[in-house]
Amino acid sequence: MKRGIVLLLIVLLVSMVAFGQGSKDKASAADAVLKVGVIYISPPGDMGYSYMHDQGTIAMEQHFGDKVEVIRMEDIPENESSERVMENLIDAGCKIIFANSYNYQQYMQNVAKRHPNVYFEHCSGYLDNPNMSNYFGRMYQMRYLSGMIAARMSASGKIGYVGAYNTPEVVRGINAFTLGVRAINPKATVTVVWTNTWFDPSLERQGAIALLDQGCDVIAQHQDTTEPAKAAVERGKYAIGYNADFGKIVGDERVLVSPMWNWGNYMIPTIQSVLDGTWKSQSYWGGLEDEMIHLSPISPLVPADMVKAVEAKQQEMHDKKWDVFWGEIRDNTGAVRQKSGEKMSDEAMLTIDWFVEGVIGSVY
Amino acid sequence: MRTHLQKRDNRSMRMTILVPIISLLVSFLLGALVLLLSKANPLVTYQAMLKGAFGSQTKIQYTIAKAVPLLLCGLAVGVAFRLKFWNIGAEGQYIAGVIGITWVMQFWTFLPVWLLLPIGMVVGVACGALWAAIPGFLKAQWSVDETLTTLMMNYIIIGYAEYLYINAWKAPRGNMGTILYPEAAWLPRIWGRVHAGVYFALALVVVLYFILYKTRWGFELNMIGKNRRAAQCQGVCIKRNIVLGMLLSGAIAGLAGAIDSAAVTHQLTKGVNSGYGFTGIIIAWMSALNPFVSILVALIMAALETGSDALQIMKLPSAMGEVMQGLILIPLLAGSVFIDYRLVSRASHTEATP
Repeated sequence: MKRGIVLLLIVLLVSMVAFGQGSKDKASAADAVLKVGVIYISPPGDMGYSYMHDQGTIAMEQHFGDKVEVIRMEDIPENESSERVMENLIDAGCKIIFANSYNYQQYMQNVAKRHPNVYFEHCSGYLDNPNMSNYFGRMYQMRYLSGMIAARMSASGKIGYVGAYNTPEVVRGINAFTLGVRAINPKATVTVVWTNTWFDPSLERQGAIALLDQGCDVIAQHQDTTEPAKAAVERGKYAIGYNADFGKIVGDERVLVSPMWNWGNYMIPTIQSVLDGTWKSQSYWGGLEDEMIHLSPISPLVPADMVKAVEAKQQEMHDKKWDVFWGEIRDNTGAVRQKSGEKMSDEAMLTIDWFVEGVIGSVY
Repeated sequence: MRTHLQKRDNRSMRMTILVPIISLLVSFLLGALVLLLSKANPLVTYQAMLKGAFGSQTKIQYTIAKAVPLLLCGLAVGVAFRLKFWNIGAEGQYIAGVIGITWVMQFWTFLPVWLLLPIGMVVGVACGALWAAIPGFLKAQWSVDETLTTLMMNYIIIGYAEYLYINAWKAPRGNMGTILYPEAAWLPRIWGRVHAGVYFALALVVVLYFILYKTRWGFELNMIGKNRRAAQCQGVCIKRNIVLGMLLSGAIAGLAGAIDSAAVTHQLTKGVNSGYGFTGIIIAWMSALNPFVSILVALIMAALETGSDALQIMKLPSAMGEVMQGLILIPLLAGSVFIDYRLVSRASHTEATP
């Protein structure tokens, strides 16, 4: 009887392999469709960073309908596995591949060099190639506005910020946020804790709790999940969201506002350029004018005059009359880093590794 | 008819071969069930996974490249398990190896470039060995439970590695990670994505087989694992062998880390805790601690990972790949009982009981 089971298993396995043979090469009929590969660092169920990327992907799918087919690869580690995943996407017929996290950069460039006929779009990096672009948005502008709101709503003047990594992107956001805070309350401080992870619900929550225990009454965050915001509102304190509209997700008015991404506004024109045959490699850093970034609806708890002030600042940035890192800036040791009348260059912003005055914490 | 397990007088050779094969088949059937529940055709899916792992030259190359660190970690764990020293810390010892080679590559710049690779690898191996020797020493000296110490030491070194690539050793430009090793000091690729680490891994399989099966020391290690009391009576120094065994185990895991970073990542960065050390435990166990069998098992585990890309390309959920990998292990662990035990029905057994 034992031998019978073994035989049965072997027959089953062989038949699996044999029957599978018939199903190959069905893709050839669908050549007119543009296949788009999308690589996410986390599952879009994180309700944060990858979720918003997927919202952009969905918007792009809806825009183009039958003309595109998207293959999503979620939860891909930032090591050589990502290179293999890209190769597999190309084998599956993808003509353009998006990858949404910084450390894919090196691997994407390797693959881009091997496949000159495929287009590559890397989010948040700085490398490019004739067939590889990098793209990102000026989220710091929204951080500044959310900082204004945080300062207005903080009774103690102590604001907490849960940061993922000390990368230029996060440091720039904290600086912009703090400049916004200080524009409203020049005595307020922003205390930073690092979690050293983009995505870890429990560590993110712990970071927020440590800040709340120190007396912070508004918690802002650069993390992928809603946990820091949840921890704040559960204690009756205020939160500033990020990525998605946390007020809606958490379902609490104490989430004052969320700086948000709108990746669809980059993906749609990019895919259009592939369809038109006009795709070109670029380093794209979109701002308010392209609506790559925006604020969620502001909580009704925020006074109307504050909302007006925020809208006025936003208009100034939109019209390029003013930007966050213009004018005199001191770091948090008191040294003058930029003289009045100067404007920080994109290069300096993209590599920033020091905190402005008002931040409690250190980059290293 | 009641049945129970009875210990075999000898390990069954037939079962040693049959159990892994049947377990694999059973796990494929279980996987098929899960796939059917998610409304996917198991035949087509398995076919796609197979193609994803071995379907083209490039795919075979990626699978082999993935198998190299897995095989080395499996060998590392296997050496310790032979002593019945439960080394759960290959992951940490692997990272120690990466830190070691990165230290040389980044700071020993007074050396000529061609010396960086060999010296870096030696230092990486030494770091892995030292990191493993700590729990080995604790166990030998004070009988501290090695399962806990090796496991916890993983988290210490993961945290330290993070500190290095985020703070102390961070490259001036960029997000995180150290500067890339000088290109002349990379471990060369020999066939597409396959790198020279393959030679090291295969040579080590032969050397280890010789040490473990043909030398006096290998015999001593085996004896300690099989029957510690008997070994002691025979005059085998257990403390010394535990520390030596762990040095060897950690050295191999450190070599895995040094090779993978010299050939693939070229830096210490996010993703260094890739889980190879933990998969190594599965490989050691599935191969019954036999170095040659480990080659096959490492290839299967690598193929499961490289092949599981196909699942997402077929629009199945991303977690499905890990589910399939997990399903492999359960029947195998359950089945391995039959190597040492046989199922006996009460009726046929009665004459043996008084």
